[in-house]
Amino acid sequence: MSTYALELSNVTKSFGKTAIIRGVNLAVNKGERVAVIGPNGAGKSTLFNLISGRFEPTSGSIKLHGNEIIGQRPYEISRRGLARSFQITNIFSRLSVFENLRCAALFSSGQKYSFWKPLSKLTELNDRTEALMASLELKRRRDVPASLLTYSEQRALEVGLTIAGGGDVILLDEPTAGMSHSETDRFVHLIRKVTVGKTLLTVEHDMGVVFGLADRIAVLVYGEVIAFDTPDKVRADAKVKEAYLGAVLDAEGAHA
Amino acid sequence: MSNAAMKPLHFKPLNGVRIVVWSAFAVILLLLPVLARSNFAVTLLCLTGIAAIACMSYNMLLGQAGMLSFGHAVYTGLGAFVAIHAMNKIGGGWPIPMWMIPLVAGFAGLGFGALLGFVTTRKAGTPFSMITLGVGELVFAAALMFPEFFGGEAGINSNRTAGSGWMHGLGLNFGGQIQVYYLIAIYLFLCTAAMYAFTQTPLGRIANAVRDNAERAEFVGYDTRWVRYLIVMASSFFAGIAGGLTAINFEAATADLVHGTRSGGYLLFTFLGGVGFFFGPIIGAVLLIFSLVVLSELTKAWQLYVGIVFLIMVVFAPGGISSLLMLNLRRIKYGEWRKMRWPYAGMVFFGLIALWGFAAIVEMAYQAQVAAGSGSVVTVARIPMDASVLASWLIAAAVLLFGGICFEIWRRKFNKVWGEGEERIAEAIKKAEAAIV
Ligand SMILES: Nc1ncnc2c1ncn2[C@@H]1O[C@H](COP(=O)(O)OP(=O)(O)O)[C@@H](O)[C@H]1O
Ligand SMILES: [Mg+2]
Repeated sequence: MSTYALELSNVTKSFGKTAIIRGVNLAVNKGERVAVIGPNGAGKSTLFNLISGRFEPTSGSIKLHGNEIIGQRPYEISRRGLARSFQITNIFSRLSVFENLRCAALFSSGQKYSFWKPLSKLTELNDRTEALMASLELKRRRDVPASLLTYSEQRALEVGLTIAGGGDVILLDEPTAGMSHSETDRFVHLIRKVTVGKTLLTVEHDMGVVFGLADRIAVLVYGEVIAFDTPDKVRADAKVKEAYLGAVLDAEGAHA
Repeated sequence: MSNAAMKPLHFKPLNGVRIVVWSAFAVILLLLPVLARSNFAVTLLCLTGIAAIACMSYNMLLGQAGMLSFGHAVYTGLGAFVAIHAMNKIGGGWPIPMWMIPLVAGFAGLGFGALLGFVTTRKAGTPFSMITLGVGELVFAAALMFPEFFGGEAGINSNRTAGSGWMHGLGLNFGGQIQVYYLIAIYLFLCTAAMYAFTQTPLGRIANAVRDNAERAEFVGYDTRWVRYLIVMASSFFAGIAGGLTAINFEAATADLVHGTRSGGYLLFTFLGGVGFFFGPIIGAVLLIFSLVVLSELTKAWQLYVGIVFLIMVVFAPGGISSLLMLNLRRIKYGEWRKMRWPYAGMVFFGLIALWGFAAIVEMAYQAQVAAGSGSVVTVARIPMDASVLASWLIAAAVLLFGGICFEIWRRKFNKVWGEGEERIAEAIKKAEAAIV
């Protein structure tokens, strides 16, 4: 019996006639950290959209903890413990930072749609939200509407919304994109901290982050996973070198 | 720093403020009819109180959940019809007291919200608006098709003094308008408190989240359609209460209570009052009754003025009056208000002059085109103007031009002062944030 946290079998997705995801197989163990890498337009975000229920695959199967989730709505998948962040920041623009984070934790805290209890009385939830806000270093922006945050603050909030609900399978789509080096370091440290014991899939372009964070790396090129293995093996893989990593590593080398 | 030491940073003495605000609200409701003195004023207060409940219930949709409904009068109106039938049942011997009628109507509203909302909330955004428009038309058509329930053209009458019970025995029989006022005031207070409390609950907050970003709300576990449905039901409940109070107030219900014109009125005046703050719709309700009853007495062209004010607000102050008030309160808080006294005075002074010129043109045009039978002279703010004399038109146009130009000059001064203050406030906020560890 499969006990993968996440298992994709022959997943395909076409927009109109264009096949974007062309038969992806991926089995992620519980507690594993997986970096998804690949060139722009390879279909990484689309893959996350399929897993999280934003789009429905054209064919194939996606299992979360062994349960088929294809055809389920995003909220159903979220309730099963899968949380995701977005490459393009997707937050509650008029709500304050605190309210954003609290909303993201509300359903899973058991409150669901309740309207007989004031939010202010939910001490446990409020404390947890304050703590998360502090660890995101957004404390001083607590009551500021999310739309007024700086770019990197919004990125932090984006990831905060994803982890606030306590999901055990986390998908992060380029969480550190557009951040400075020091911000990235801080942020990766945070991601590592808050995803202890959880299954993590993250799309990442910074190879330093990828090799430092990931247990395994999935290389997605042209809608296909051409390699899925430990960092060392992926680095040595001839196919990967040819298709993607060679160029990237050369570029990184040139920068260093 | 320990956790305990950090806590007070976010402590806001809101509880004290809240008690003061709610007490003041209660005292004002209590004293208003005493200050009003005339029967007409009490009638106005009654209408305003009912409209306030209706507009606040409308804002549960528009302001709090981002749902632009074109059919809110369906729920106030159907509530009123159920109420009028229930009142007649009391007349026929039903053992419930008259003061419970608004509650009956509230549950009727809730029921219709559950029924019709199931259809309207299937979609969000523009499709939602369109469906509410369709449902509104449907219900109005039904109101004319089923005269047994809606009473056809004449509507249905009732008698609010019917019934019995110990309070009835004490003289609480709603014979006089003042008793009706206090009934409305009590319902207004309770409904306001309940609707405010609702905004502070998980569902109330998730409604805000769905308004801001429905997609993200789905990804944190919320079925946004279900959220919309629950909000429509809650809103319809309070709308129904407003309808029940209408039935008691008029002792009648007619089909125009469910008409789209009325829905449009709720939308327009809730917007004018301001959807961004909880109390905005109360201001909207005051303006609604003022326009409907007072302004319409002053001028036949009242809808034109309302329309123009609406346009100006949509373009220049989309947050409505309440947001203007709050922006000024913020100025006061940061000690930035005094500098704007003169720009404000200038704008108001020349704005009024321009308004006179504009009103003179409108009123003369109206007199010449529509009411020519009663002569060509109209008085505009006590000044008689003869629409048949060219000079009147020239004077009005000149006044409008003069007022408009001076207004614009002062508006620019105002913008400059406002902008400078804005910078200082931003600076102060930054400093305050930096002080938070
Ligand atoms: N909703 C959509 N409709 C049509 N094409 C899409 C849609 N979403 C993504 N695509 C296409 O799919 C391809 C992969 O996009 P994406 O998954 O965003 O790549 P990546 O995240 O790997 O950079 C791109 O060519 C993009 O244009
Ligand atoms: Mg992408």
